[in-house]
Amino acid sequence: MTTNIREQLSIRQERDLIICRNRVKEAAVKIGMGIVNQTKLITAVSELARNMLIYGGGGNVLLETVTRGREQGVQIVFEDKGPGIADINKAMQDGFTTGKSMGMGLPGARRLVSEFFIESTVGIGTTVKIIKWKNG
Amino acid sequence: MGKFLLVTIQVDLYDRLALTLEEDLIQMVHKTGARGVLIDISALSIVDSFMGKIIGNIAAMSSILDAETVVVGMQPAVAITLIELGLPLPGVYTALNVERGMALLTARMPDETEDEDVDDD
Ligand SMILES: Nc1ncnc2c1ncn2[C@@H]1O[C@H](COP(=O)(O)OP(=O)(O)OP(=O)(O)O)[C@@H](O)[C@H]1O
Ligand SMILES: [Mg+2]
Repeated sequence: MTTNIREQLSIRQERDLIICRNRVKEAAVKIGMGIVNQTKLITAVSELARNMLIYGGGGNVLLETVTRGREQGVQIVFEDKGPGIADINKAMQDGFTTGKSMGMGLPGARRLVSEFFIESTVGIGTTVKIIKWKNG
Repeated sequence: MGKFLLVTIQVDLYDRLALTLEEDLIQMVHKTGARGVLIDISALSIVDSFMGKIIGNIAAMSSILDAETVVVGMQPAVAITLIELGLPLPGVYTALNVERGMALLTARMPDETEDEDVDDD
């Protein structure tokens, strides 16, 4: 199996969040992901893309379909050159927010996907990579 | 339907539109003296923390204005996802559909006589 979707999107304004969600849905549908996993994935994407817009000042998204053994999945990398996150462990806790919000985006997104990697350097930016396996 | 407000969200909203909805709805509750708000989200394909916050705010403000909020028609996949996301939605009731949502609101208002009948099957 080969990678059949590889798309780059930029998140600069609210409208881009909806476009991003739709593209991810298309990719998920294309590999035959079921509705529950699709919904989990798109919800996680919505959280991470919005964080990037609000805290990271916008950024770029790389959307790909990937294969590991027999498993197919959707992989998304969110990359911004914003202020970064000083304490990732704290940011990953339920309820931690610097934006007077609910602090559920990052920890919630992690629960909703199969694989979650976050890397952040203050003053450099933040990168989050997620994978949702079709049957994961 | 004098007593309850019914709002149907037809599409996945932009964040700004969702905020406008929140404001408009609170104004309407105030203006009409509605005792209940039904929000039909059957057309929403996801509820993320932003939309969850909007719904929670509507419920909180409605309750200050003495109205209760029921979310109706949530897709099963959305409900499953919300639980895993971990959003607390305090003060928000849910019902399968509009009819059941109306029945729930009506049942919570025992002190008033009811002249509309609500079918429940
Ligand atoms: N891309 C980013 N760049 C810089 N800081 C970020 C980024 N993403 C998240 N953060 C920081 O991590 C905190 C936690 O993020 P999380 O998404 O969990 O909660 P929130 O956005 O504050 O609230 P919610 O998502 O529930 O509306 C944020 O308040 C913010 O301080
Ligand atoms: Mg967030």
